[in-house]
Amino acid sequence: MRKVLLSAASVAALTSPAVAQVSDDVVKIGILNDQSGVYADFGGKFSYQAALMAVEDFGGKVLDMPVQVVTADHQNKPDIASNIARQWYDTEQVDAIMELTTSSVALAVQALSREKQKVTITTGAATTELTGAQCSPFGFHWAYDTHALAIGTGGALVEQGGDSWYFLTADYAFGYSLEENTGAVVKDRGGNVVGAVRHPLATTDFSSFLLQAQASGAKVIGLANAGLDTQNAIKQAGEFGIVQGGQRLAALLFTLAEVHGLGIDSAQGLTLTESFYWNRNEESAAFGKRFMERTGAMPNMVHAGTYSAVTSYLKAIEAAGTDATEAVAGKLHELPVEDVFAKGGKVAQNGRMISDVYLLEVKKPGDSDVPWDYFNVLATIPGDQAYRNPAESGCPLVTN
Amino acid sequence: MTMIFGIPIQALMGQLLVGLINGSFYALLSLGLAVIFGLLRVINFAHGAQYMMGAFVALLLLTQTGIGYWPALLIAPLIVGLFGALIERTMLSRLYKLDHLYGLLFTFGLALTLEGTFRWFFGSSGQPYAPPAALTGAVNLGFMFLPIYRGWVVVASLAVCIGVWLLIEKTKLGSYLRAATENPTLVQSFGINVPLLLTFTYGLGAALAGFAGVLAAPVYQVSPLMGSNLIIVVFAVVVVGGMGSILGAIVTGYMLGIAEGLTKVFYPEASNIVIFVIMAIVLILRPAGLFGKDA
Repeated sequence: MRKVLLSAASVAALTSPAVAQVSDDVVKIGILNDQSGVYADFGGKFSYQAALMAVEDFGGKVLDMPVQVVTADHQNKPDIASNIARQWYDTEQVDAIMELTTSSVALAVQALSREKQKVTITTGAATTELTGAQCSPFGFHWAYDTHALAIGTGGALVEQGGDSWYFLTADYAFGYSLEENTGAVVKDRGGNVVGAVRHPLATTDFSSFLLQAQASGAKVIGLANAGLDTQNAIKQAGEFGIVQGGQRLAALLFTLAEVHGLGIDSAQGLTLTESFYWNRNEESAAFGKRFMERTGAMPNMVHAGTYSAVTSYLKAIEAAGTDATEAVAGKLHELPVEDVFAKGGKVAQNGRMISDVYLLEVKKPGDSDVPWDYFNVLATIPGDQAYRNPAESGCPLVTN
Repeated sequence: MTMIFGIPIQALMGQLLVGLINGSFYALLSLGLAVIFGLLRVINFAHGAQYMMGAFVALLLLTQTGIGYWPALLIAPLIVGLFGALIERTMLSRLYKLDHLYGLLFTFGLALTLEGTFRWFFGSSGQPYAPPAALTGAVNLGFMFLPIYRGWVVVASLAVCIGVWLLIEKTKLGSYLRAATENPTLVQSFGINVPLLLTFTYGLGAALAGFAGVLAAPVYQVSPLMGSNLIIVVFAVVVVGGMGSILGAIVTGYMLGIAEGLTKVFYPEASNIVIFVIMAIVLILRPAGLFGKDA
């Protein structure tokens, strides 16, 4: 029976090329991220909501076939993530996996998806390795990466006189990548790195590390970690009088979600880099409001980035007239990204989506007049400056 | 600058003090676990969740009713203790006749349920809780900046640890409790209400966890995950100290806090496993723990 149907389908496809081809009569997108651990607010179930919003805004269908979104919690463990991804691809007809918070997970799932010939669009992980030596023809990186964060926050602080740095680094792929990228920017602009200390993921007490950073005498303490780790480090830095002592804290990966959790009192004055801020213009504010109604929280760059990734993927399927991986990946490389997240975004050969990022500063409590209005936009950094030149990324797919 | 093993002595002194502060939390939490295990023979996996509840109750008291830190230090443990007593009375007490494993599984399930519930309502980033005005700021000790609040944590937890130890070792109530674990039937025959004693004990253990939670609220982000990050370490403390040994739990708590602090200076990457390495060594050399009675 299956054979008959298949041949009927191929006959139909041959006789009328306009008929679109969607495998299994459904386009299925998997949102795989941390939904219970330190990054659950950074991406988490809100990213799933962002994906649903994108599908609804697209009309719920592509090429007349329904679009479904499934989601799962990878608990920040690459082995669990790979198992879920394999199961999704092999038995549940998932066509693409997105979000992928946590760099170690993103690298594992991107490699698996390359082998399985499926598209991944990472929005939640930071490492530049995804579009560097380990790049994939079907792997895309949206929203941000450690290079953009380093250029944004690192570059800005060196310009303001913060020319000696000490790093507090999360002890895994992401932390190393962020430390290395930021260190390079600092040195490039005439500063120096005096030292670094590595802490395990999900550390609750940072006082030992903070004391070492304090003793180093560096002007800037770069927090090359994320989520709850960064929040605890900033909170405890306050206790040890680090900022009063004249040192500055640089939260290298810090978003609206963490500022909200930490409270604007503790976060005020922090400089950070995001590729999206809801209260930047009317369009972003309207999107923020709709997102808020669904989730009770304003979106950060991971959430808005996931919205953009899903939208771009559906547009690519529409343009390709099929959900076959190679054709869709080709269209993703080709089409400009135009949505609430990115204006005139373009996808480089190494899979990096290049669009503007923003240097932001957390407002003082008195200056924030509406809920979630936390940032002043200090500067807009054009994508070409924020992201690594694809030719220098080390990705073997880059030809020119 | 004087150096020891290539580390400036100032840094070393600072780390010792930080270790002592973390040790205070370990001691307070492992004390509650040891009390519950010693008297009820229940391995209370819900301890981390009860610690987290203590912090959240303090936070909610502040945001919902405006009750500040000092009253919360009393009220929050009371609420968590009563909650613990309710759980013991209605559910846990039914499992005493079965293998210890059932108590462990039950409390583990309870912990997951509590954490999931709080995560649903509050998200995982948690919320800030400001220290009381009287304890903000820091003093410069010459070799380090000591936040006054952290000093207070050491004092408060030492006081409570000693108080609980005295309660169990030196008072009449304590002697009933100890007797009830040795031979519940005999103690009951003297007209003492043993089930009530057990409920009280579990409530006391939970209240201690709640107290630690309130102490921790201004230091850490108040988050549903704060308990699960700590609980495994605290179990290791109890095992090293000797299951059920109250003095062992207190002393080991401080000791391991300091050991961990020193590891953070010499080899930070190992700081989250050093306690388990020590646990493994102790288990090989002295299976009953440092302070345990050899069974």
